[in-house]
Amino acid sequence: MLTKDIWTTKDYSRVPFALYHDQDVYTQEQERIFRGPVWLYVGLEAEIPKPGDFRTTWLGDTPVLFNRDMQGKVHAFVNRCVHRGANVRRESHGNATDHTCFYHRWCYDLEGKLIGVPFQRGVPGKGGGMSPDFKTKDHALRKIRVEMLNGIIFGTFAEEVEPLRDYLGATMLWHLERLTAKPIRIMGYQRQRIHGNWKLYAENVRDQYHGSLLHQFHRKFGISRVTHTGGASLDPRHRHNISWGKEGSDSTEQFSATYQQGKVEVKDFGLSDGQVLEYLPEFEDGISLAICSVFPNVTFQQIRNSLAARQIRTRGINDFELHWTLFGYDDDTAEMQNFRELQTNMVGPGGFISMEDGEAVEVAHRATRPDADCSAIVEMGGGGAIPEEVEHKISDIPVRGFWSYYAELMDIEPEGAIR
Amino acid sequence: MSTWEAINGLLTESVYRLDNNKLEDWAELFAEDGVYRVVPRENIEQGLTGVLIVCNNRNMIRDRVTALREACEFNIHWDRHVTGSPRIKPLGGNEYAVESSYSLYQTDPEGESRLYSVGCYRDKIVLDGEAAQFKERIVVVDTFAIPNLLATPI
Ligand SMILES: [Fe+2]
Repeated sequence: MLTKDIWTTKDYSRVPFALYHDQDVYTQEQERIFRGPVWLYVGLEAEIPKPGDFRTTWLGDTPVLFNRDMQGKVHAFVNRCVHRGANVRRESHGNATDHTCFYHRWCYDLEGKLIGVPFQRGVPGKGGGMSPDFKTKDHALRKIRVEMLNGIIFGTFAEEVEPLRDYLGATMLWHLERLTAKPIRIMGYQRQRIHGNWKLYAENVRDQYHGSLLHQFHRKFGISRVTHTGGASLDPRHRHNISWGKEGSDSTEQFSATYQQGKVEVKDFGLSDGQVLEYLPEFEDGISLAICSVFPNVTFQQIRNSLAARQIRTRGINDFELHWTLFGYDDDTAEMQNFRELQTNMVGPGGFISMEDGEAVEVAHRATRPDADCSAIVEMGGGGAIPEEVEHKISDIPVRGFWSYYAELMDIEPEGAIR
Repeated sequence: MSTWEAINGLLTESVYRLDNNKLEDWAELFAEDGVYRVVPRENIEQGLTGVLIVCNNRNMIRDRVTALREACEFNIHWDRHVTGSPRIKPLGGNEYAVESSYSLYQTDPEGESRLYSVGCYRDKIVLDGEAAQFKERIVVVDTFAIPNLLATPI
């Protein structure tokens, strides 16, 4: 049973392992978080550019269908026929003027309205059919309310939730608008099936401390180092954050001395080709690395020229899919397309600076299982009240931010919570 | 040695070197301008260009091996490839288009083996006398929901 007493500290600096392994916790998360007063990342408008385009996805454990209607408007629904509960769409994507369930051929328009029931009035001369008071207009696919932000589709199951822009807050808005200032071109997808609890990954992307420690490629080749100018910004509720850094803002001497002092090895090796390390600065603000996590299910990534949305799709306590949508812009030159492709080598399941995250989550998940009453330590950067701005990269403060909002939605805030 | 023997020899040698952790030697099976790409099948089906791994020459392939040895942390395992017989199509000159399927099992330090990936190799193989090299190896991954991570090459 999940209660306020689960926490051993009031500032979320200790995270009980039970939160990763308890089935009741997971069931409540689906209701209170994924169906709760949040905006979930659904997809990108560029994935369904034409009228009739549709795609299927998952929001938490719920199968979802989203499409563009003939007027160009985007809709999202629970991908489940109101009749007997089968998926209305089984394919990952397509283009259609309506959606017909394969089971009994019930048919829906692109706004989700039920428009056809075979043999509704029975068969002439034989009878049958639905009751006379059954009206198709009374039935529709369960709607998920959507709002767009520059081509990013967010959706919510909640009746009441603040408007999307308020939910995101000024800092996340600034970053997402920066990332979507130009029309988006979809490059493709990567999927990673990670055998661990989804929250271990939500923590991983909010933990800047591990960036150049777990990922040796980062520290070796200067993509992210604790000696860089950088830090983290959180929204006023501390549920989202952006971790950022500026390459080249440190000196080689400063870098070597700092890691030597920290007793962190920087191996001596080089690359024969090295093209993977080249990139074209494309944002005027000089930020070369920005990891923006929006509670609860998405992280938008800019690592040099590699841009992606990483969506968390839960699959039970012990499993989730990390679904990567790689993108660039419509006006990318051939040179930029080449850079984006080469830098794909650094991200995703096979990425030099991200394969480690999957392993870290799986290992921590397995090792924490037997001791539900033990806790993880989250206090790099200090405990106590959570700041909105962190001016260094040696912190996991946004992890505490995640848990503070999580606890609020789950109604398990400790007595006298510090947040 | 017949063409068939030369091509089959290269295919056999490539999985032998991978399964025995001779990754540096595996890289040398590629021509200098040899390409190695690992691509999720769903992207190919949708006409999308996105990849998992892309190396446009042998040095980039060597770099991937170097990164795995020196920089990356990944699941401790042994690989075991099981490959199907190749379909060979002459492309003219000394080049051949060769397609074969693979299953790749991984075994963890506790001795538990799991099917990690299935898919196919779409190769361009070039013969120079008795020596065969990969000019291009496109790995089409059917198991595009990659279990955990993709470190050692398929
Ligand atoms: Fe990481």
